Amino acid sequence: MRKPISRRDFIQKTAASGIALTLAAYMPSQGARAVIAMQPGTAAAENGTELMSWISIDQSGKVTLMCNRSEMGQGTFQALPQMLAEELEVKLEDVDIVFAPANPKKYGAQPQEGSFSVRGWAPTLLRTGASAREMLIQAAAQQWKVPSSDCYALNGEVINRTSGNKLGYGVLVEKAAGLTPPAQVALKKRIDYKIIGKSLPRQDIPLKTNGTAIFGLDKKIPGMQYAVVERNPRFIGKVKSFDDSETRKVSGITHVFKVQRIVFNQVCEGVAVVANSTWAAMQGRKVLKVEWDDSGFDHPGTVELDAQMHENLKKPAQNPQFETAFNQSSKKLEAFYETPYQSHSCMEPLNCIADVRSDSIEIWGPVQEANWIQADISQKMNVPIERVTVNMTFLGGGFGRKGFPDYPHEAALISKEIGAPVQVVWTREDDMTAGPFRPGAFFACKGGLTPGGGIHTFQTITATQWIGQGWTAAPSPPPEPATYNAGNSEGLLPPYLSGIKHYSFAGVGTRSPVPVMWWRSVSASTNGFACESFLDELAHLAGKDPLDFRRDHLPDLRYKALFNRLEELTNWKSRGQNQGWGIAATECFTGICAHAVKVSRKTDGKIRIDKVIALMDCGWYVNPDIIRAQVEGSIVMGLGAATSHATIFEDGKAVHRNFDTYPMPRIADIPEIEVHIMENEEKPGGVGEPGLPPFAPALTNAIFDLTGKRIRKLPFKLDEIS
Amino acid sequence: MPSYQLSVNGKQYTVEADAQMPLLWVIRDLIGLTGTKYGCGIAQCGACTVHLSGAPVRSCSFPVSAVADQPVTTIEGISNDNSHPVQRAWIAEQVPQCGYCQSGQIMSAIALLKDKPKPTDEDINAAMNGNICRCGTYTRIRKAIKTAANYTN
Repeated sequence: MRKPISRRDFIQKTAASGIALTLAAYMPSQGARAVIAMQPGTAAAENGTELMSWISIDQSGKVTLMCNRSEMGQGTFQALPQMLAEELEVKLEDVDIVFAPANPKKYGAQPQEGSFSVRGWAPTLLRTGASAREMLIQAAAQQWKVPSSDCYALNGEVINRTSGNKLGYGVLVEKAAGLTPPAQVALKKRIDYKIIGKSLPRQDIPLKTNGTAIFGLDKKIPGMQYAVVERNPRFIGKVKSFDDSETRKVSGITHVFKVQRIVFNQVCEGVAVVANSTWAAMQGRKVLKVEWDDSGFDHPGTVELDAQMHENLKKPAQNPQFETAFNQSSKKLEAFYETPYQSHSCMEPLNCIADVRSDSIEIWGPVQEANWIQADISQKMNVPIERVTVNMTFLGGGFGRKGFPDYPHEAALISKEIGAPVQVVWTREDDMTAGPFRPGAFFACKGGLTPGGGIHTFQTITATQWIGQGWTAAPSPPPEPATYNAGNSEGLLPPYLSGIKHYSFAGVGTRSPVPVMWWRSVSASTNGFACESFLDELAHLAGKDPLDFRRDHLPDLRYKALFNRLEELTNWKSRGQNQGWGIAATECFTGICAHAVKVSRKTDGKIRIDKVIALMDCGWYVNPDIIRAQVEGSIVMGLGAATSHATIFEDGKAVHRNFDTYPMPRIADIPEIEVHIMENEEKPGGVGEPGLPPFAPALTNAIFDLTGKRIRKLPFKLDEIS
Repeated sequence: MPSYQLSVNGKQYTVEADAQMPLLWVIRDLIGLTGTKYGCGIAQCGACTVHLSGAPVRSCSFPVSAVADQPVTTIEGISNDNSHPVQRAWIAEQVPQCGYCQSGQIMSAIALLKDKPKPTDEDINAAMNGNICRCGTYTRIRKAIKTAANYTN
């Protein structure tokens, strides 16, 4: 089946359709010569010498490392410098870390998506750190008039092996920066690492425990005004007219005007209210009267969207070859699974500062896609790209939503209109109701067994709104016919396709006025539930142990090892029948994660989650404690999506507007969580997202084990399981 | 526009604000202390938690006119060098991910420990259930509160 468009694909497609985006990575071996002074931020960055694009050193030896990707909690601010520092031979606690501005020529592509930071940047950053180290060694060797091979680097100094003389990086950096970076450089062996692979405390945490970390909402620019926008609650509706007479009576209001926001080429309209404080703008908005034009498109609710997806599951043409095999299966099973629309609901609601000047534009904000915003604003505002500066702040959560350029562009339009810098603040209600949302997805699964109890046939048909294509009033695209032994389903462990003889996938995209986009772990968050639930159902149909059944269908040793380890960690074989144990394993963005969930029925008759044991295989890794934290957080986010909240629509509008009716997991809801990491020599894999998809199916599989009740629709209430 | 005298982190401020303006926006936009966060505006998430005479309040839903002469403490008033036991515990247990809710979490935890120096799991549930963390750092928050309780005793 055609996979829903990935974020990376989308950016590439956008680039091909006109927006200039540089995706080529910066190559350290072709790096430019030194540039004195660069981005403001720290002493070294301001006054030091830039040795490589990511590394500045001042005369005292103070090192500043640039983090070229955004930090939304996932730990890039630590993991990327940890890689640089290892090869540069400096102690991480001695360096400063600053965010690099959007500059694809210098820092490569900076989109923060697909759990990509470590797995995508390890080769470049390791080579950059090592190249800088070799240049410093060469500078010292020249000064001492000895061969470079007589010298080595340690803790910010170059040491002469023979004489024992030392020279600090600070005194060497100017000379080193004049050298040509080595064409080839030897990287350290994993066994020699002192920084990589260690749980070094995150450098951003002390800023987040005393209120000094600057998030988007905390950034202030001289002369900055504040704006809120009343946006059409039906997403693609227009502003027919508005009456701002009461709004203008509110003290502090300076401007009221119509504004656009563009999402996937769809123009959304709203009315901006600008004031001298956030509160004044909010008060002015409360008394604004807007008449909307919601003609020309449907106003579906969840009932209609669900019915449409149900209907669509029947549409793809079946594959005759697969059908023949299915009919020959010795036991057969069909099941439907449903997953809802979800809001990202980052704790920091969307916001952005724009300062549109006569000849340049500057943006500050919590953004995942600095390069894309730079290119998008350049194109839409008709300003040369080199005159658009995008500065990243810390992000109070992102989960994919802050990877879209709509809200910075909207801020730029407002700044241009008022001729001053402005911070556009989204209220929680704006953030929760405007989307784009994770699309709901429905699945029809069909499978059969061999006489020996193995999987003979396996099919999933998906009905959903494809991201980037599904949001228009145009008719839905034709359903794709079912494949035969081709395609896959994001989230399903890929080696199953070698272990299953006959498999088939199909997809049906639907269109609706509801905007949709990627949400942490994207399609794996929905597909993973269907596939891992259905595998469990097939295991029970075969009368096989769910863990053995999965492992038997995975010919790849890496995946067998994952289940072997999970078996050990859970004492699987001694667990007892129907004691409430469930497992699931999924893969997305090259991170493989298995969860085992244990549930029990308490004396009050209600189901409780006792424990979650998670096992992450992300291959070569940088910081194990950050990996554990990401998996812990993914489990909590997965718990919310499975048992607490869903975005519901009525009459073309999102119903739930705030946390009072869109309940999030809270501290009392959290089970004991144990996270383990596989040790192997595989390539680095994603971490921030792969820990999420296995949770929901592991939980419902556990509930089946305890109660015999199969849950096929998310979310469900734990308290209501009979 | 009425004028209010406020004591925030031991410092006196005079602000001119609408009587209904929530303390959150007075602290953030008028006084300029941005460690206290806006999360929901309806006292559901706890990101805006500050202390009023030492007791936790949701500043997003607390009008400035109701503060009167009660001293206000924000995250910035706890310690700027992370020396407070709760801050030290938060760093030791590596609690924050995105960090946006953590000012509020820390303010709630400090109030809890003042009230109950050796909190049970139930005490922690009761005191911290008003603070949402979307990154899901709850396991570490619980651990850090217990760590802080050991520091202070």
